[in-house]
Amino acid sequence: MASDVEPMVLKNPTLRWIEERLPILSFGYRHLVAYPTPRNLSYWWNFGSLAGMILVIQIVTGVVLAMHYTPHVAHAFDSVEHIMRDVNWGWLLRYLHSNGASMFFAVVYIHIFRGLYYGSYKAPRELLWIIGVVILFLMMMTAFMGYVLPWGQMSFWAATVITNLFSAVPLVGESIVTWLWGGFSVDNPTLNRFFSLHYLLPFVIVGVVFLHLAALHTHGSNNPVGIDLTKKDKIPFHPYYTVKDLFGFAVFLLVYLGLVFFAPDLLGHPDNYIPANPLVTPAHIVPEWYFLPFYAILRAITFDILFIPAKLGGVIAMIASIAVLFFLPWLDTSKVRSARYRPIYRIFFWILVADCFVLGYVGANPPEGWLVTLGQIATLWYFAHFLVVLPILGKLERPLPVPESLSAPVLPRGAAVPAE
Amino acid sequence: MRRILRLLGIALVSATAIAEPGRAAVEAEPPLRETWPHQGIFGTWDRRALQRGFQVYKEVCAACHGVKYLAFRNLADLGFSEEEVKAIAAQYTVRDGPDDRGEMFERPARPSDRMPGPYPNEQAARAANNGALPPDLSLIVKARKGGENYIYSLLIGYEEPPSGVVVPEGMYYNKYFPGHFIAMPPILQPDAVTYADGTKATVGQMARDVTQFLAWVSDPKLEERKGTGITTMLFLIALTGLLYAYKRRIWADVH
Repeated sequence: MASDVEPMVLKNPTLRWIEERLPILSFGYRHLVAYPTPRNLSYWWNFGSLAGMILVIQIVTGVVLAMHYTPHVAHAFDSVEHIMRDVNWGWLLRYLHSNGASMFFAVVYIHIFRGLYYGSYKAPRELLWIIGVVILFLMMMTAFMGYVLPWGQMSFWAATVITNLFSAVPLVGESIVTWLWGGFSVDNPTLNRFFSLHYLLPFVIVGVVFLHLAALHTHGSNNPVGIDLTKKDKIPFHPYYTVKDLFGFAVFLLVYLGLVFFAPDLLGHPDNYIPANPLVTPAHIVPEWYFLPFYAILRAITFDILFIPAKLGGVIAMIASIAVLFFLPWLDTSKVRSARYRPIYRIFFWILVADCFVLGYVGANPPEGWLVTLGQIATLWYFAHFLVVLPILGKLERPLPVPESLSAPVLPRGAAVPAE
Repeated sequence: MRRILRLLGIALVSATAIAEPGRAAVEAEPPLRETWPHQGIFGTWDRRALQRGFQVYKEVCAACHGVKYLAFRNLADLGFSEEEVKAIAAQYTVRDGPDDRGEMFERPARPSDRMPGPYPNEQAARAANNGALPPDLSLIVKARKGGENYIYSLLIGYEEPPSGVVVPEGMYYNKYFPGHFIAMPPILQPDAVTYADGTKATVGQMARDVTQFLAWVSDPKLEERKGTGITTMLFLIALTGLLYAYKRRIWADVH
């Protein structure tokens, strides 16, 4: 790839002096300026850089919030209200951060589904995809622990329910839970370590994001056509994609700040404005919206499977729902990347999207009556999509003719290339 | 999962059920849908209503409910002058100290103090209320599903129980309260307060006023938030338009 890049010319002697000793300027030039990018990327390709920008927003607002927050069970809730009422622009910082988490997941979910639609996980981008799944996993841990920090009712009970899942592990389950809690219930030691880890993990994410980018820049972005592009179908990242990403970021800000300024508590739960009380269980313990599909999968296993008790089964299913993504590059046996040329896969893709919304709906509601069955069917389908549909579909489906390059006309398979 | 929740439930003492919403099995009526002056993108507080609401809070609700996050200085936002805020604060006594001799002492409150609550601690509150805990109202509008509409409905939602329903001793029937039995008596009675501005103190009027006051206590930065929001959005719309035009220009030779 490096050979595709126009060489950088430095006229300024100071910059040349720096470059000779630390080639950071040429590094930035190679990866942010001259970096050859497919010229046919759609707006769905904006969401990667968007996620990166939200990560920065979350870290900046989070660092400032941490200056005013107190990680102690007796003061955490009060300190959040102190931020909301007494800290200059504290309400803005907190709403940016809490809604930022929601936006981060929304953007990353779109980013992931874009990858699913256009087959961005296929060779040679398997590791790029796997690193992405690692980022998702780290984000989920970070968001969960962040949600506990305000120490409201949902904070406390989410912490209790989720940490209790580890008690499903055979033999050592109870010991693991005690170890996670730092005691015999969710209490001050739990809050303290969650705060510590909530501050640490975003920087781990930053590190893994750099790995993600390193893998991305090795083979370059996939594109809506899903074929490997030649040099003439690529354009330099700057100015084309810098300006396109900036425009996308501005549109994103309209949505994000619209929420922050005009409906800041829309995605939150009223119960989290009640201080944590270990003696009162909320009527319905629900996670934030971005965890609802996983919550539905967790609760779908209401029966023992052979020697696996239902509770452990639920935990395994929930972990597997993310873990299955690690194997996706090998589960999808089709050689064609883009769903544009896979008419049957395209239908299954949208069924999967719908399935995730169904799981989200089931996760948001109490597990009663037909919702339990619906959740089980949706869970079954989720796994069937990856473990059954994709491996078989790749063998059976007849893809549409894939063009040789962006400029070449699409020819029916076997047709002779017309003489020019 | 259900098993975990059930286990948790068993382990828990639910003595405080009566003060908590959403616990009981009986579905409450959905709250009325009122319109509020502070609603919507351009909504701002009705300061006369807030001042009347503060009066209702001070003279009625404050007997049992605190607003611990509210400092007297915050009352300036309701349109009270500095002198008026000082005078309101001075009506309250707060505990301070220790002084030079190590003694705790009481003094009139200052604008920088937070409003003292009615009870020294939870146990005292329960002892005075038949075991029920009147919740602090600082965040009540944010902490209840339905927000203002729920609080308002609750305040006017007392009625005779349907025939056959036996209301437990010390409880009252309220159609908007989850479970219908609430420990709070129908405290708002006609002319419970005498409004300084001459507004007739009907139950509905007092309920609307105090609900707006409580909405303000829950979200005192609402006007600052929306005002900043409108400016920001106007700026962003212009910026987005410019960036789009710029993007089109840069991409002109690619398309």
